[in-house]
Amino acid sequence: MNQAPTINRSAEEFLKGLWKENPVFVAVLGMCPTLAVTNTAINSLAMGLATSFVLVFSSLLVSAFRKLIPKQVRITAFIIIIATFVTVVDFLLAALAPQIHKELGAFIALIVVNCVILGRQEAFSSKNPMGLAMADALGMSAGFTFALLSIGAIREILGSGSLFNIPLFGSGFEPWVVMILPPGGFFALGFLLLFFNWLQRRRAKG
Amino acid sequence: MSERSTQEKPLANTEAEPSSARLIATLGIAGFFSGLVLVGVYLFTLPMIQANRAQATERAIYLVLPGSKAFQALVLKDGGLAPAEEAPAGKSGEEPPRIYAGFDEAGKLVGFAIPSDEPGFQDIIGGIFGYEPEKQAIIGFEVLDSKETPGLGDKIIKDAAFRENFRELAIAPQIISVKKGEKQAPNEVEAITGATISSKAVVRLLQKGVEKWQPAIEQYVKAQKQ
Repeated sequence: MNQAPTINRSAEEFLKGLWKENPVFVAVLGMCPTLAVTNTAINSLAMGLATSFVLVFSSLLVSAFRKLIPKQVRITAFIIIIATFVTVVDFLLAALAPQIHKELGAFIALIVVNCVILGRQEAFSSKNPMGLAMADALGMSAGFTFALLSIGAIREILGSGSLFNIPLFGSGFEPWVVMILPPGGFFALGFLLLFFNWLQRRRAKG
Repeated sequence: MSERSTQEKPLANTEAEPSSARLIATLGIAGFFSGLVLVGVYLFTLPMIQANRAQATERAIYLVLPGSKAFQALVLKDGGLAPAEEAPAGKSGEEPPRIYAGFDEAGKLVGFAIPSDEPGFQDIIGGIFGYEPEKQAIIGFEVLDSKETPGLGDKIIKDAAFRENFRELAIAPQIISVKKGEKQAPNEVEAITGATISSKAVVRLLQKGVEKWQPAIEQYVKAQKQ
């Protein structure tokens, strides 16, 4: 497996996270941040990027030390690595973007238990060389961020009539407040999952 | 951005059952480097985080005390007020609650900025209000922290008519809330239709803050005049 980690293989690992094995729309992992902080596009993007940072660096480290970590303590070792990067993100956001840090609140710390991240370490990084682990992590990160941003954009457009705080409609638009409340997260996610399942089924037939 | 930590010393044989010592060493070394990285990042970001907090407090004080250009933090002491620097943090390291005296360019007292909080509809609403001891009135109010329902309860932050209540609100005999359009006395707050619970929480927040701090403020102002 290690013999030809060609550019093609890397590209393949990257692309699968974006679409075919999208962590949110296909694997339905990491639902807690997906539903909780996607009430605006900017919050979704911030959460996606914070998770990406943790995932990419954790995957790199886990892959680099994969032969040195005994399998009996691998989960603990992964969690130490992940928790370290989460805390780093937490401090950095509080220092550099206090407003976003306040809005995301406890959900930054909860990245530790996002199963997308631990799942990738166990399923991929701990078994593959760094280049591939990096491609896989970047793909999954991009897929996760894309999914959060789609949900966040739908909820913000319908629930606040704006996107990235830029008003889209005239004053005649009555916002669907429910979309920025918790049920709106389920509605948006539900319809997107429906759409993705429909796409896949159609492709399977054809 | 990346802080890399090295996890492990290389060991030759990875196939055999690893010894307990090796398992402990792996986790110990991982924990050690994790600790190093975290303390480093903590020390690096701490001054920035503190500056952000101080800046947020400062902005809120100047907002609720229009015309103020400088402020001094005060704490309760023997029924009066004393500068916060003279009253060091308690044994548990917890800071005593503070209020802020705001002064204008000439150094004249504008009023007091008083932080206060109260349970709202969803969670605790944290706010800060400006109190003018001479007029015995509240002269400004800002919400610092709120998770009130978007579109309804969060009007306590966004609704201009509601905010108008706090331009000059008498505290005597007591701050009370009335329905929209029924304000008659200077001590009445017009509640927001559809956000009655949040509006009432704001009124309680103000009333509690006034009750807690007003006697000490009176004493402080009297002492300053002498």
